[in-house]
Amino acid sequence: MLYGITIIFATLFAGEALSRLLQLPIPGAVMGMLLLTLIAILRRGLDRRVVDAAGAMLRYLGVLFIPAGVGLMTLGDEIGRQGWALLATLLISTVITMAGTAWMLQHLLRRKDRLNKNAIQDELP
Amino acid sequence: MNTLWLLWLQLSHIPAFWIALTLLAFGIGDALYVRAGGFPLLNPVLISVLLLISLLLFTHVPYPVYFAGAQPIHMLLGPATVALAIPLYSNLQRVRDYALPLLLALLFGCVLGIVSALACGQLFGLSASSLASIAPKSVTTPIAMALAQHAGGNVSLAAGFVILTGICGAVLAVPIFRLLRIEHEIAQGFALGMAAHGVGTSRAIQLSETAGAFSGLAMGLNGVLTSLLLSVVLGSWWSVFG
Repeated sequence: MLYGITIIFATLFAGEALSRLLQLPIPGAVMGMLLLTLIAILRRGLDRRVVDAAGAMLRYLGVLFIPAGVGLMTLGDEIGRQGWALLATLLISTVITMAGTAWMLQHLLRRKDRLNKNAIQDELP
Repeated sequence: MNTLWLLWLQLSHIPAFWIALTLLAFGIGDALYVRAGGFPLLNPVLISVLLLISLLLFTHVPYPVYFAGAQPIHMLLGPATVALAIPLYSNLQRVRDYALPLLLALLFGCVLGIVSALACGQLFGLSASSLASIAPKSVTTPIAMALAQHAGGNVSLAAGFVILTGICGAVLAVPIFRLLRIEHEIAQGFALGMAAHGVGTSRAIQLSETAGAFSGLAMGLNGVLTSLLLSVVLGSWWSVFG
């Protein structure tokens, strides 16, 4: 476990450093995620200990958003001024984005699956 | 009364107190959610945030005191994001197989996220600064804050919108999927990550490991693409409606 946690934090540091030094518009943590994926591709797999440590961190991912979420209490005045217009915009836009993306992607995935199936059948004697 | 107050003031500055309370609140939220058979409105993050806000308001503890204590939990968001590389790697073959559909959905979802926010906001008569703060709502907090600042929005408002969007997305995902018959776990995960970033990803992980992997991927890619596209989309929006 210690080894796994060390690797994850080292990758996070590398990601943060890259993002800062190269002034990328990508946050360090996302760079770290991409870096660790790249390492896994190059090594053709990751150490069991890294996988276990990552699993432990992801298991309760939701809890990590709570401290920032409680910060909503400081926005009472800001939201109050434009009130429901802000909340309605947020709600409607989130529903449209999620529904639109999911619907379109499922359509494309199924089309691709059908094409593949046909291609396989064509190859059969 | 005065000594009790002083005692409370001292105790409320012990970080372990707020860490324990945050974990306890999540435990209560999670138990309620499971007990109610996964009823969407009882999302554990939503419940625990509401519980803690009520407690802080009731005890007159300012947010910075709470946040100073609970910060170690917040800091773990960094390594947890890095950890998303593991489900991503184990689904890499499928990412390759579906590269084109995923790219198209990424482009579509990114523009849809920004434009739908601008269109609704304009319709409801939001100010220019509010529009700039709400436009990057679908990407993870650090990116959204930087983008909102650059676009002339309000940074703390932008951060709040991001969290609210994430909670909305996590709560509404399954009802939306059921209504539109979205059964493909890749489509479910990817849409959650696109629309509701990390909070959506924490919901996707509950759905399946594959959904979690594609949600993490979508979250990362959308962050990158939104950084590149937001100023272009906002610029053309102002030139038409400004």
